[in-house]
Amino acid sequence: MALDKTLKFVRSNGMFLYVMKRLLISIPMLLAIALLTFILMQMTPGDYLDTMRMNPQMSEETIEYYQKLYQLDQPVWKQFGAWLINMCKLEFGYSFHYNVPVTKIIGGRLFNTFILSLASFLLTWAVAIPLGIWAALNRNKFSDRFIQFMSYVGLSMPSFFLAMIFLYFASQTGVLPLGGMYGPNHEDLNWFQKIWDVMRHMAIPAVALSVGSIAGLQRIMRGNMLEVLGQKYILTAKAKGLPQNRIVYHHALRNAVNPMITLLGYEFSGLLSGAALIEIICSWPGLGALMLTAVRSKDIYLVMASMMMGGFLFLIGNLLADIALAKVDPRIRYD
Amino acid sequence: MTNKPYESMSEFQMALRTFSRNRVALFCVLVLFLLYMGAIFADFLSPYRYDNEDRRYSYCPPTQIHFFDDGAPSWPFVYGIDLEYNEYHKRIYTEDRSKKYPVKLLMKGDEYRLLGFIPIKTHLWGVEAPGRVYLIGADSRGRDLWSRILYGSRVSLSIGLIGVFISFTIGLLVGGISGYYGGRVDNILMRIAEMVMMVPGFYLLLALRAAVPPDFNSVQVYFAIIIILSFIGWAGLARIIRGMCLSLREREFVMAAKSIGLSDFKIIVRHILPHTLSYSIFAVMLSIPGYILGESALSLIGLGIQDPFASWGNMLSDAMSIVKIKFYPWILVPGFFIFITVISFNVVGDALRDALDPMLKSEGQG
Repeated sequence: MALDKTLKFVRSNGMFLYVMKRLLISIPMLLAIALLTFILMQMTPGDYLDTMRMNPQMSEETIEYYQKLYQLDQPVWKQFGAWLINMCKLEFGYSFHYNVPVTKIIGGRLFNTFILSLASFLLTWAVAIPLGIWAALNRNKFSDRFIQFMSYVGLSMPSFFLAMIFLYFASQTGVLPLGGMYGPNHEDLNWFQKIWDVMRHMAIPAVALSVGSIAGLQRIMRGNMLEVLGQKYILTAKAKGLPQNRIVYHHALRNAVNPMITLLGYEFSGLLSGAALIEIICSWPGLGALMLTAVRSKDIYLVMASMMMGGFLFLIGNLLADIALAKVDPRIRYD
Repeated sequence: MTNKPYESMSEFQMALRTFSRNRVALFCVLVLFLLYMGAIFADFLSPYRYDNEDRRYSYCPPTQIHFFDDGAPSWPFVYGIDLEYNEYHKRIYTEDRSKKYPVKLLMKGDEYRLLGFIPIKTHLWGVEAPGRVYLIGADSRGRDLWSRILYGSRVSLSIGLIGVFISFTIGLLVGGISGYYGGRVDNILMRIAEMVMMVPGFYLLLALRAAVPPDFNSVQVYFAIIIILSFIGWAGLARIIRGMCLSLREREFVMAAKSIGLSDFKIIVRHILPHTLSYSIFAVMLSIPGYILGESALSLIGLGIQDPFASWGNMLSDAMSIVKIKFYPWILVPGFFIFITVISFNVVGDALRDALDPMLKSEGQG
């Protein structure tokens, strides 16, 4: 009986089905990323145990233990299976560089990267959408041309270079902290001051990361808005004497924003990838910076785990975008 | 003869006309031309070789070139450079007014091979040996930044071209095959492309770099970087080309080619892919910056071109230290060159798209 009811609920709720479907699809995708990562790591010269053996602190038993745990004496495909199964148990292996299990480091780093990406994501959308509307409404006037020129500059400015320029000005004026995530007295602050402290540290990397996306998104928003404003129903709305504000914000804006939502996921994952380099430059303790350390020190399990996490965040971004699109646009069918 | 109101123009001529009316784009073409010329003749145009170092002049600020001697106009010259230490042991460089070195044109300096094979010592300009001229300052080893920027442009500018060439070859072929055959082949190829696209680019870049043996020399690393960047770059293009080919394969000319018994490969390469040309032309222009930025990013974090060889990215790696940015801001200059190159490619690519757009539209209607 209960099963019947559940089934009925599922059938009647297209949205739920859609989300489940998307979740199911992302499983083979994650597997594919895992496979790609694993193949790449198999190609790296020297293996993880070689590095361990060179460490005099590592006992023979520990090495044998890990050899068993990851079945490194087994053929390659079995190793892959073992690694996959361990990963499902959230066991990502052992980082010899940090001398702790990978799981212990990666969580915090993942969170740091996530809040940095999220902050620049929010900043991007909060600035780009109004800017695009403003530019479209003032088409070909000076303000529009200025915005278009600046967006060209913003699109072409490498984010890492922008971060360096910001750091230069910050070092000259001293208004913002230079890199890192916490001030020296972070531990002594109350929770509000702590958040403020992190936000101040986040300002340079988040802005440097956002400028390019703001420029790109603004151009798309402007284009959409211009296209919608040229539609017949806008003319109708004008003809029946609706006030300009109502036309713009009620009729045009909604239709112009809709196609933007498909970009949500791409934008987020783009920021994620861009964040890695900015993290390294602004010494933000995130996943990208971790991955660089791991690659430099050939910390294979850490590299693989970072890459899996990167891919995971990427998938989440795409999934959220699809869900948001389905929610906003009733024309999207769930199947 | 005068009675000729309409001249017939090919699509290409029309595109060329639209493009040549865009003055900003033409200016950017000129900028790119100058940059590439600078790269080809880097050794002639620069006063020093990329590895000509003088550690006495570590982080020497830009040398001032004087055009007036005691108020009277004079042939441009520079003064000698005096090094002192202040009480914090910071290097202070001052002009040594007692020594004067005139700027010499076509001066004999470091030996190099012009265009790669003519051994020659003549440089366009420079100052005689004990004097040193740093147009935009020196790096940590007292090497001339300006010369290194010119040499570095060889790496940064060529990687864009070669990388785009490789990944477009792969992308066009995979997209063409995938779209032409459809079905299972299409399915497999597109899943592979998606797999590459799904990992955030920079993470993939790092992982691929980890797979490259560490004992590679500079030339090998250079090609490894190109291959890595192409490996990441082909997927997006392949998907778009595939979409175009899916509709192209239904057209009559493909049927005609099939019926006269052409091989599938010839149909794809000779008859289908040329129809994607107008898209490819501007897509090439717009994707070159990605390769330049990719190389810069890798070299910046020390995984790309290694010292003493110069690339714009590895020159910027000095700027990873905030102290150095603060006291020697001229080390940021290579970044401006990256920016100028990227914006030029973007402008030219956009202008090409505007010029080719009508052709794209007519293509779709077929």
